[in-house]
Amino acid sequence: MSPRKIVLRFGPEISDKPIIYRLVKDYDLVMNIVKANVNPQKEGIMVLELTGDNYEQGLKYLREQGVTVQALTHEVVRNEQRCTMCGACTAICPTGALYLDRPGMEVHFDGDNCVICQLCVKACPVRAMEVKL
Amino acid sequence: MSEKTYQEINARIRSGKAVVVTAEEFINIVREKGLTHASREVDVVTTGTFAPMCSSGAFLNFGHPAPRIKMHRVWLNNVPAYTGIAAVDAYIGATELPEDDPLNSNHPGEFRYGGGHVIEDLVAGRPVRLKAVGYGTDCYPRREIETTITIHDLNEAILFNPRNAYQNYNCAVNLSNRTIYTYMGILKPNLGNAHYSTSGQLSPLLKDPHFKTIGIGTRIFLGGGIGYVAWHGTQHFPAIQTDASGKELGPAGGTLAVIGDLKQMSPRWLMGTSYLGYGATLSVGIGVPIPILNEEIARYAAATDADLYAPIVDYGEAYPNRKPGNLGYVSYAQLKSGKIMVQGKEVPTAPLSSYPRAREIASILKEWIQKGEFFLSEPVQLLPSPADGLTGKVLKG
Repeated sequence: MSPRKIVLRFGPEISDKPIIYRLVKDYDLVMNIVKANVNPQKEGIMVLELTGDNYEQGLKYLREQGVTVQALTHEVVRNEQRCTMCGACTAICPTGALYLDRPGMEVHFDGDNCVICQLCVKACPVRAMEVKL
Repeated sequence: MSEKTYQEINARIRSGKAVVVTAEEFINIVREKGLTHASREVDVVTTGTFAPMCSSGAFLNFGHPAPRIKMHRVWLNNVPAYTGIAAVDAYIGATELPEDDPLNSNHPGEFRYGGGHVIEDLVAGRPVRLKAVGYGTDCYPRREIETTITIHDLNEAILFNPRNAYQNYNCAVNLSNRTIYTYMGILKPNLGNAHYSTSGQLSPLLKDPHFKTIGIGTRIFLGGGIGYVAWHGTQHFPAIQTDASGKELGPAGGTLAVIGDLKQMSPRWLMGTSYLGYGATLSVGIGVPIPILNEEIARYAAATDADLYAPIVDYGEAYPNRKPGNLGYVSYAQLKSGKIMVQGKEVPTAPLSSYPRAREIASILKEWIQKGEFFLSEPVQLLPSPADGLTGKVLKG
């Protein structure tokens, strides 16, 4: 099974619990932390690439602990009305999730490659990239 | 050499017989049939560009309230407009920012809303908050007004852009060791990326390098409506670039001042734009028809991305300090390939100018002409050409 990217949100009441430790140890999941910002007493977010046979049970455990789990593709959106396909985001995007299709020079967005670094949000001159975190 | 006149071309447009092609199509026709044949067969080549163009703005006439007011200060959605003209006239500039904008005090500033966004809101028909204050005169006693307007409430809304459609532009890189935030976008340190901003073989002024057809009164596609070239733009320094061996590398830096009725334009072609750490501006769509009057004009109009070059300029140190020279030239074909070599390093490239939108503009203009809705205007006066030798001055201080 290929790794799936998910976004976890931790409320302040659970941000000090060793939830990720238990996820690895009890459910034997392989993970790659793409992005994390979890502080005690504060809301936190974490973006994970997750693989393993017990993937669904792992997600169930997370939800039972009060963690909100969402697929990454729901988080990063391109406003198609606003995007002018200029391409200013493409050399900035570190993973090639935003890329130019040559020779037509249309800008494409492949959400699967996105690691929500949010550089495109800053680089887009018409603010067409929206990140809902 | 066969010559055509504007009158002949317009007569052919009127009778539905004009051969109108986009610059991309013209390149293919020349490749297949040769220049002589193409210049005889084709009447008009259409071009297009869509990119941020800072020197843009609009003259607005709000109409008089009762009692009347001499507007001394005006704000539109909190963005100040220039009022040093008549009582209820104002000019809203694309790069103007709200007075409470944090600017770059928290660097890099976001500049999420400015004059360009006001123009986009107006042209989209969205309501805009108007606030004005006056000092009171016998004929204009009112001292303040605050109301909501749309573009339909205005007597006149005239887009007037003193400098648009840059003929050519730098390919911007960053040799320094820190990320910089420029009007050429975010430039990563140590040659991390290279940004450029023309539509190359589709770009209007690159296809008429000696200004043989473009002049005062040239009718153009402007912001989705019909506009006109009013004058040469500010910083109009047309020249032909050459390399050390004297080989021509295409034109350098002509510009256009353009004017048109904002009320007939569209937010698809006038979009508020923000550059992180730099400022707000307006993206403008412009298309210019080039009448193929003779083979010489045809030859220039047939220039391809491989024939047109941009100078590579370091925005980390050389550009801000106005140090002359550049890091070499690179063709638009190389820029569009996605990577170029600079100082022995492979650097990824990205455009700030939308090639798909440029192509769309050239196609729309072609359709207008084919349908007989758009005729070519013969310039009242051509713009200064490279032969005039205009160069930029340096401000001392």
